[in-house]
Amino acid sequence: MADTARSGRPRHLDLDALLADRATKVLVCCGSGGVGKTTTAASLALRAAEQGRRVVVLTIDPARRLAQSLGLEELDNEPRTVPGALSPGSGTGELQAMMLDMRRTFDEMVSGHTTPDRAQAIFDNPFYQTISTSFSGTQEYMAMEKLGQLTAAGDWDLIVVDTPPSRSALDFLDAPQRLSSFLDGRMIRLLSAPARAGGNAFRKIVGSTFNLFAKAVSTILGGQMLADASAFVQAFDTLFGGFQERANRTYQLLRAPGTSFVVVAAPEPDALREASYFVERLSDERMPLAGLVLNRTHPVHATLSGARAREGAETLEASRGDEVAAAVLRLHADRVETAERERRVLGRFTRAHPTVPIIDVPAMATDVHDLDGLREIGRRLAS
Amino acid sequence: MTDQHWPAALAEARLHVVSGKGGTGKTTLAAALALALAAGGRRTLLVEVEGRQGIAQVFDTPPLPYAEQRIAVAPDGGEVRGLSVDAEAALLEYLEMFYNLGLAGRSLRRMGAIEFATTLAPGLRDVLLTGKVKECVGRTVGDGRGGRGRVPLYDAVVLDAPPTGRVVKFLDVTKAMGTLARTGPIRTQSEGVVELLHSSRTAVHLVTQLEDLPVQETLDTVSEITEAGLPMGAVLVNRVRPSRLPATALAGAATGAGLGAGLRSGLEAAGLFLKDEEVDGLVSETVEHAERVQVEKAVRSGLDAAGLPQLELPELTEGVDLGGIYELAELLREQGVR
Repeated sequence: MADTARSGRPRHLDLDALLADRATKVLVCCGSGGVGKTTTAASLALRAAEQGRRVVVLTIDPARRLAQSLGLEELDNEPRTVPGALSPGSGTGELQAMMLDMRRTFDEMVSGHTTPDRAQAIFDNPFYQTISTSFSGTQEYMAMEKLGQLTAAGDWDLIVVDTPPSRSALDFLDAPQRLSSFLDGRMIRLLSAPARAGGNAFRKIVGSTFNLFAKAVSTILGGQMLADASAFVQAFDTLFGGFQERANRTYQLLRAPGTSFVVVAAPEPDALREASYFVERLSDERMPLAGLVLNRTHPVHATLSGARAREGAETLEASRGDEVAAAVLRLHADRVETAERERRVLGRFTRAHPTVPIIDVPAMATDVHDLDGLREIGRRLAS
Repeated sequence: MTDQHWPAALAEARLHVVSGKGGTGKTTLAAALALALAAGGRRTLLVEVEGRQGIAQVFDTPPLPYAEQRIAVAPDGGEVRGLSVDAEAALLEYLEMFYNLGLAGRSLRRMGAIEFATTLAPGLRDVLLTGKVKECVGRTVGDGRGGRGRVPLYDAVVLDAPPTGRVVKFLDVTKAMGTLARTGPIRTQSEGVVELLHSSRTAVHLVTQLEDLPVQETLDTVSEITEAGLPMGAVLVNRVRPSRLPATALAGAATGAGLGAGLRSGLEAAGLFLKDEEVDGLVSETVEHAERVQVEKAVRSGLDAAGLPQLELPELTEGVDLGGIYELAELLREQGVR
């Protein structure tokens, strides 16, 4: 480890070994938006399946063409076999894919915890519409819930999870907790019936201010809104213990042996800063980090220095020599500069996290739009 | 020429909303735009609403508080101020205006009451954030002539908005108001926000890169923006890399076919006698470049079909630092931004 830090060369992330290890049961791909998380998740899932594992990949919000390449034409919240993913000779391997439907997952979660009548009362509440579709954190909560369901079903020996496209990778860990604390209902009871809620510690602290606040909030949101929300939380209350416990269990699953996190980042300062926060957080939570996928890098293919390439190009340009050769040299000089910047940016990350294994995935000229593209990414991920 | 990039209508806009797919450089270009618009001794405000402290990072300043403060000066005396709007603080500020909460506001915050209220109605959060932006756009100061004349405090406000996936929902305040009371102070304010966002005083710009996915997402968002009745501004094409190859060599280069023996003798003419694998490496770099240029060409024609004003910003190979922001601002000015 000390050697790694001194030489400045990070450890190599061996994803094939991780995929081949039967002890790996859940692989979570996380990172900030726009770094290629979903593509990475899909490529790893395909590669594992082709190596003989029974895999399901849970995607959250895949780009249209990526979804199509996985055979996901519509959102139906159930894993479907990916057509054409496996050649007949690939043995026991199997690949299924699904897109998260957060509303349906929420509905199923409610139905699974109560009688049909009570579930219906919850579905009919106007506030449920809001909470199950447009609440910040619902997507993360439901991704976690779906992961729990897939694990419980036990039909696969590897589950690869993509995480919601949030600005911060940490949201995946924090949002479910935020939603849970909202649903625990204490505040809503205070707000909707401040007069009756007297006598508790809160009221003593803030006294009449709270009443004033409650009045203000009700002026802003409207009485109906608060009444709906309050009815919702009451109906939810009996289920809540179940949900909370369930969310906690899933959270524990993320810490269990067999779960690994792969952090995906582009070689840009913002993406690597987010990756850094996430790595620190995983370590605080004692959640197992497999390593960092540095996606879309531009490694140089020739050792010729940038300065010599530039000089050569200048010579050719001045003497009106071969235009193409001059262009090739300019390109190489650009590329050396880009690669140096990427190394510098990565250097900041590795100095802070010298023990995190890393794999570079060189950029492809075109976006992935079929299984062959995913296979190619898979090859790059495992090289 | 200039008019195509930045039509006169955009020069009239007071609120510039900047969105884009994650990772395309939205915050960087919002910052460069705020700096470009501050040129000529003007004053602009750069606002962020997602609590990321992206502005502080771009301008290399300590994290911004919920207060407007100077973050950069334009080369000829203009000024950029920065503001990180936070929904909870905005709600408290709001309540303060109508109810005298005094110090108790802080304990409400500590108990989580403020966060709760903004969580309760997801629309409220957006209404508060856009409401604060509107207040900044509309704020005036004395015109300095001693009379009662007043002028806007900010010549322009640039909003570093949520990314394309969420931006229309964020700006579509009319929908968000569905979760609010039908009367009351915030209602009145949000009606003003709707009016501003749907007027020619606003322009929504989208940052993209010349790649499949970002361009597709940009085009999808353009339709969404237009459907929502929001005024589309320009497309800011970021990180454009120069096409180094002569046009005649491009198609051949994409297959590697046009890069045979001629290349080696060309290199030798430049005094470079390279091993085979070095030449092969240069060829494979060139093939990749040519492939990418062809993809860029294809997606660019898709983008052109949208018929929107376009501005181009180059890839800064050494990365974007504070100097880079000034460089990008200068390039925006050269393309007519004012």
